[in-house]
Amino acid sequence: MSENQTYTLTINGLKREVKDSWIGESLLYVLRERLGLPGAKGACEQGECGSCTVMVDGAAVCSCLVLAASAIESDIKTVEGLAPDGSLTDVQQSFIDNGAVQCGFCTPGLIVAIHNLLDSRPAPTDLEVREAISGNICRCTGYGRIFAAVQDVIEQRGATK
Amino acid sequence: MSTVKTRRDVLGTNALRPDGAAKVKGEFSFSSDMWSDGMLWGATLRSPHPYARILRIDTSPALAIDGVRTVLTAEDVPGVLTYGLIDQDQPVFAVDYVRYMGEPVAAVAADHPETCRRALAAIVVEYEVLTPLTDPEMSLDDSVPAIHPNGNVFRHQRIVHGDTSVVGDVVVEGEYEIGMQDQAFLGLEAAMAIPDSDGAGVELHIATQWLHEDQKQIAACLGFPVERVRLVLGGVGGAFGAREDISLQVHSCLLALATRRPIKMQYSREESFFGHVHRHPARVQIRHHAKVDGTIVKIEARMLFDGGAYASTSSAVLINGITHIQGPYRCPSAVVDGFAVRTNNPPCGAMRGFGVVQACYAHESQMDRLAEACGLSHVEIRLRNAMRTGDTLITGQPVESVAPVERCIRETDALPLPPPLPETPNALELPGGTGLTSRRENIRRGIGWGVSIKNIMYSEGFDDYSTARCTLKDGVATLKFATSEVGQGFVTLAPQIARSVLGINDVVVEPMDTSIGSAGSTSASRQTWMSGGAVDGACRLVRERLFEHVGTTNGIDALRLVIDDDEIVDTMGTFRIKVADAAPGIRFEETFEHHHRPTEDLDENGQGNCHVAFAFVAHRAVVDVDVELGLVKVVQVATAQDIGRALNPLSVQGQLEGGIAQGLGLAVMEEVIVQDGRVRNPSFTDYLLPTALDAPEVVYSLIEEPDPQAPLGAKGVGEPPCISVTPAIASAIRQATGRDIRRVPVRPQDICL
Amino acid sequence: MTVHSPRTVEQAVELLDTHPGAMILSGGTDFMVEVNFNHRKPSEVVSTRAIDELRSWTINRAANSIFIGAGVTYSTIETSDIAAIAPALAEASRTVGSPQIRAAGTIGGNLGTCSPAGDTLPVLAALDASIHLASSAGRRQVSFADFMVGPKRTALLPGEMVLGVSLPIVDGWQGYAKVGVRNAMVISIASACLVRRLSDDSLQVALGSVGPTIIRARAAESWWLEQQAPRTSTQMFSEFGARCAAEASPITDHRSTAEYRRHAIKILCSRLAARSTPR
Repeated sequence: MSENQTYTLTINGLKREVKDSWIGESLLYVLRERLGLPGAKGACEQGECGSCTVMVDGAAVCSCLVLAASAIESDIKTVEGLAPDGSLTDVQQSFIDNGAVQCGFCTPGLIVAIHNLLDSRPAPTDLEVREAISGNICRCTGYGRIFAAVQDVIEQRGATK
Repeated sequence: MSTVKTRRDVLGTNALRPDGAAKVKGEFSFSSDMWSDGMLWGATLRSPHPYARILRIDTSPALAIDGVRTVLTAEDVPGVLTYGLIDQDQPVFAVDYVRYMGEPVAAVAADHPETCRRALAAIVVEYEVLTPLTDPEMSLDDSVPAIHPNGNVFRHQRIVHGDTSVVGDVVVEGEYEIGMQDQAFLGLEAAMAIPDSDGAGVELHIATQWLHEDQKQIAACLGFPVERVRLVLGGVGGAFGAREDISLQVHSCLLALATRRPIKMQYSREESFFGHVHRHPARVQIRHHAKVDGTIVKIEARMLFDGGAYASTSSAVLINGITHIQGPYRCPSAVVDGFAVRTNNPPCGAMRGFGVVQACYAHESQMDRLAEACGLSHVEIRLRNAMRTGDTLITGQPVESVAPVERCIRETDALPLPPPLPETPNALELPGGTGLTSRRENIRRGIGWGVSIKNIMYSEGFDDYSTARCTLKDGVATLKFATSEVGQGFVTLAPQIARSVLGINDVVVEPMDTSIGSAGSTSASRQTWMSGGAVDGACRLVRERLFEHVGTTNGIDALRLVIDDDEIVDTMGTFRIKVADAAPGIRFEETFEHHHRPTEDLDENGQGNCHVAFAFVAHRAVVDVDVELGLVKVVQVATAQDIGRALNPLSVQGQLEGGIAQGLGLAVMEEVIVQDGRVRNPSFTDYLLPTALDAPEVVYSLIEEPDPQAPLGAKGVGEPPCISVTPAIASAIRQATGRDIRRVPVRPQDICL
Repeated sequence: MTVHSPRTVEQAVELLDTHPGAMILSGGTDFMVEVNFNHRKPSEVVSTRAIDELRSWTINRAANSIFIGAGVTYSTIETSDIAAIAPALAEASRTVGSPQIRAAGTIGGNLGTCSPAGDTLPVLAALDASIHLASSAGRRQVSFADFMVGPKRTALLPGEMVLGVSLPIVDGWQGYAKVGVRNAMVISIASACLVRRLSDDSLQVALGSVGPTIIRARAAESWWLEQQAPRTSTQMFSEFGARCAAEASPITDHRSTAEYRRHAIKILCSRLAARSTPR
């Protein structure tokens, strides 16, 4: 298409070039289809499910609602960038241990949202956790095991202080 | 000296998902995560009208767009033009008529999704718009013209049982309505179709519930022999019934074969609402006759299911509905008429519960009425009528399954109630949440009950089976099956079975595809029983061969050998060896097909042993209602579920909690709103799913009375967790408000106006 | 066709002149839905994300007002010192979409989209906010009532952009309430913001989602002032609520019915009036 662009994004600390892309592409599309980072998932394209959650400049946002070409000056972190080199973060491990993963489609978005929550608020109450993830829809689990997973991380992080 | 035993993830343990690490890292490949070199994108053109004649299609403006490779219509379907799970009445692309809003008319392949969108916009379709048939009652009227050559009625089935002349001393009746729910799995429809280089075959990577059924239908439409259509299971992001029917499978294969390139197709959320079947909206008229003490003597009912434009599985959903209308209660006599009809509304088919959800809402609402008419509590009426093993259904079928209905009710009743709202509750604890609508003084609390029976496996004479292969070498078991993992955890359970049966720890699960025999559908709460049975059967055959070998090698009668933890042991001697060391270098391989016992058709009076087995569950819901605004918060759901055996308690808990969320959705917020055949809310903005702030506290009890019929003693736990939640919540709203709630989902105006 | 990232308002308005028809991108939470759903094809885009002036807010105690830049996000409104100054605005902001939406979406975007269901708009209407606008012709202010001219229609002239909004710092009580079917992340079916001034015990009340624009229930406000002090009875709150409802002009759509919306306004306004009453 004639209206194509080339620009650079900073993703998980690395500069990544996006070549010849259509101006209307969301950050979600660019991550998944151009940059080989399919961790963020698309389930609604309108910010109503949270499956596409990434961190932009330290805030958890829906990548489907970010115009990729407008994010050139931002620091973007995806689920792939949370733990170095194939290891698991405590949140990720806790999800597995607590049965908080069924189909797994909502999981990366939730992992990012929870990391973002606990980065700024290490000991949230149950209601604060619920509100923080109220933008992440899970259709399989009913959230019970997800709450348990978050609670375990809060306790573990508190205990290791 | 004591030996520390490492915990082995056998049956009964909380074995963790083998795909969990990939999923939490975002590395698990869902079908939408697939790429192929040189791939093109596919997209579908859909009818904007619920009913219209197609006068003309001109694809040339789309073909003229740079980047568009092909545009296909019904003319380009080489094989059978239609598909379907029971009747093949659903067109691959519309022919002459479109019969529902969203019906596929054409498909394009292009270099970028945006090019596809432009191509779809450029295709010219001339329609003669017709008046849609949207009232299912009208579909029963012979004077109304048929909207399809097969007619407007998919099926009518009657049930006549017992002494139909009986009249109760107490008679209560009601008319209930159940709205159209959507499965709304998160993992949107997606496929990658790769054409064979000779153009006479195709490999399809697809998220689906039944690989072999898809394969059969696709091959017929492509005009290929079945073996030239190979299906590989892509990662599935939830199903709940919406992937039983074909959606983009044939389209993507056709585009791949036409372009000789790999084709990736994926639906947006909006398209997904049009691209799969929904739960049948239904109307149930029902009358209970009882003695003065509340004992049911007869049920009369009429059930009408709106199946939408094409047949899908409406006929089977109907049968499930009418054969479960008595609920988990003894009922000596019944007259039931059930209809599943065709309209120009969206096609409906399988969704978790499969017709029993609609029946359960009706019969549980009735049980409340009956309780009130007889001066009994909601618990007492249900205990009084509770079914037991050996009781008969209104189809004449004896319930041979373990049927601990009374225990389900009593154990649920024993679970603690939540504390009352605190003096100054947090806004998030109140209905309305951060909308700050309500204060404590506006709230009334209510408690309601729902109890259900649900058939497990397929019915009406269908010879359902599942296939699995087990290979054992040097302490590693490899399992091969075509069972669709949709999130429910079969990939966790299968290795647990192998570890229990074979005494090894290392299990490899091979990719699921059509290179092995069918595993049947991931639906009807059947996979633990059927595919679990197949894996169990294959592993047992391997074990038998292993024992033969070990016996021969060591001069021991194989019949004396057993598995004890991770060793083979001679029960009558001292011989003991680790399984991993028992037959070095030798490969054992066995394939097993698990069938369930045969079932029967129903005769013209609806009599016959048409179901295989049953599971039971009770739910108690506590809700807080802002009575003036009609806003609801479900505070707690308590449940006791008859599961046979907890093969993986953590997985079971996940199903219980997940099912409750879906039942809650149908109770208070989820409805596909259709007006004059048009879907008004095909998005997550207006089709509302429960969030973390809507999820109630869940307390539960597992009833483990192993079912002698079940290969592993375990019943299915896929559907029962959601079915009776909906009527429990509706009942609780009634108790809180005094309003006679007769439909779900309950809307605010139903409560306060 | 490109995405421009001006650093100043002056650069931005010059771009708007050079590229008539360019789309202004603030938080993106409405913009991208339009693009993703194929309702708008972006050509030239002027992103305001890098304009520091828009991301700031100023509390002017002497003038008793606060100015909030168009680029301030809902979550900033919720969690910064803006919340204490304009509590109803913080309450409304907390109900917008999801935490992810609130972290990106901006008050300028809520104004630019100007939907009758826009969550902050009833607060701006009740407080008689001033909307600050800029173009290459200069800067100007319009009252909120003059800014929202219809459903998703504003008084923005070609080449004009929203700079921000100034609100009075009210000595009194202010509160917001919103009805939706779900307990989170929901489009408003009916909403209201009520301000009660200590000085004269007057009420200002604005209704959302029940008309083509945000409705100031001025007849109900007048009626309130005509009532004898002390204005503290349940009967009075109830009557007030009914009068607010009478000024609503709701429609029936797939989200709700006109009847329910009107009823919800009655309840919300009477409850807000009750809450505004000092104990």
